[in-house]
Amino acid sequence: MSILSDVFKSTKAVILGMKRTLSEIPREKWTVQYPDVPVTVQPRYRGQHLLHVDENGKEKCVACYLCAAACPSECIYIEAQDDPRPYEERVGRDERYAKVYNIDYGRCIFCGFCVEACPKDAITHGYNFEISVYNRADLLKTKDDLLITKQKQSKNYRVALSTEDVDSEYKEVDSVGIKFRL
Amino acid sequence: MSVAVENLPKDVEVLDQPLESEMTLSMGPQHPSTHGVLRLDLRLDGELVVKAIPDIGYLHTGMEKLFEYKKYQQGIVITDRMDYLNPLGNNLVYVMAAEKLLQLEIPERAQTVRVLMCELQRIASHMVWLGTHCLDIGAMSVFFFCFREREKILNMIESASGGRMTPSYFRIGGLMMDLPAGFESRCKQFLDGFLDAMNTFETLVTGNTIWQSRTQGIGIISSEEAIDWGLTGPCLRGSGVDLDLRRDNPYSGYETYDFEIPVENDGDVWARFKVRMRECYESYKIVKQALERLKPGPIKADAPKVVLPDRDDMRKHMDSLIHHFLIVAEGFNVPEGEVYHAIEASKGELGVYMKSNGGPKPERVHFRGPSFVNLQALPVMSEGEMVADVVAIIGSLDIVLGEIDR
Repeated sequence: MSILSDVFKSTKAVILGMKRTLSEIPREKWTVQYPDVPVTVQPRYRGQHLLHVDENGKEKCVACYLCAAACPSECIYIEAQDDPRPYEERVGRDERYAKVYNIDYGRCIFCGFCVEACPKDAITHGYNFEISVYNRADLLKTKDDLLITKQKQSKNYRVALSTEDVDSEYKEVDSVGIKFRL
Repeated sequence: MSVAVENLPKDVEVLDQPLESEMTLSMGPQHPSTHGVLRLDLRLDGELVVKAIPDIGYLHTGMEKLFEYKKYQQGIVITDRMDYLNPLGNNLVYVMAAEKLLQLEIPERAQTVRVLMCELQRIASHMVWLGTHCLDIGAMSVFFFCFREREKILNMIESASGGRMTPSYFRIGGLMMDLPAGFESRCKQFLDGFLDAMNTFETLVTGNTIWQSRTQGIGIISSEEAIDWGLTGPCLRGSGVDLDLRRDNPYSGYETYDFEIPVENDGDVWARFKVRMRECYESYKIVKQALERLKPGPIKADAPKVVLPDRDDMRKHMDSLIHHFLIVAEGFNVPEGEVYHAIEASKGELGVYMKSNGGPKPERVHFRGPSFVNLQALPVMSEGEMVADVVAIIGSLDIVLGEIDR
């Protein structure tokens, strides 16, 4: 008798569970078909750094070393250079600029302390997260890779609006026309 | 038998000795159900476990030593990587210990946001526990539903701090940034769907006869033994000891929230499971209350030598800029002394012992990781059980190897 009731109860549990599981099929999907569909990142997402320039294309960085001092993993290397030329001929916005600005992404932990430290808003976190390379030496990014005017941005992400709700990426995918909900 | 083994002192047990009826089975460190890189030396008599010895250290990274070479504010990022399922709890205990040394007053909004985020993180941590625990025992679909709920929470944490698993959201003296616009409505939206998800779990797991017979009466630890082994958190409350630091030693204003401490008396896997499931509901209640209390206000303590100034202030005022440079470049001096601070993390009592010698870097930081202490009780729980039940017992302990090895 107890075996019979065991079998009955187990079957009932399986049927109830399968019913609940199957009822999930028509619901919205939370998986993203990356890289066919872009991933939505939040506005504060901390990706690969961007070195900013002002409206005339002059670098904002003044090589004050604060980012290097704030960095917990010591991945930023800077060499400063004075530049007494007039503004039009200068590389940077101010009379001092970073001749060398390297970030070693083999060490960077994307904590955002350099962004918090920068008094000139010269460095921010971008949204680029696809920084894997085939060679470890390529993880050392120089100014050419980091400047906002030169950095290549991937097409595989989309930044959410600051007021969007969390499941916005599913609405977005629907509006593009890819069928996402069954 | 080799010479090296013969020369060992008498009280040292040798595990690789062949016995007549017992065999040694090495479980892990690559076994998926050991939740990371835990290795178990199982001595088996047939299918019964005679002795289980956890072998740890595969994930050792020397974090506690690393703290001594980082400034106080830089240590926050290291704590993220300890218990990587509950990073905000780790942030909280670290910054609160430093705040205790500095005797800082934290504004009310920052306190409320801390409670809110920590409780969301606790739900996320319990979701991973439930998913992997069920996956170990053989229920696959629960795992996906749990990770869906966790994904919503991680999206919220990402929107507030910028990081999903390494948020580093709390700072000594307050928060990194205020909550983003629309966070409260997102949070409410999550809470609306959360009870439905919990109903799913109750149907799939709690009410399931197969689940009950796999967990009831397994891995029993009595309340005396649980206290002796130093268990904390849901493992201790599953054995009938009513102890929760959120109520018994409140911090961050937990004493003003209305919530219950779930306690079960059986001390088996089923009891610990029920405690954690009920904790999810209590966290849900706390998040709801914290959302109601959120009022605009300062998020950083009034301590210009410790807390980074506002960015607008820093651009306009020279004194703020000087403080900004000094804090970032040289750090701030913390008064000499030592302090122990403990909070109720998702896995139990997470404590930090911090010693300062008056400089900008701590002299010693030591963590009391709940996973590390809870794992000690695994041999007691698993002796006399079947091999398959050891998997269930590990799942019910809810260990994270990043915290055990540190």
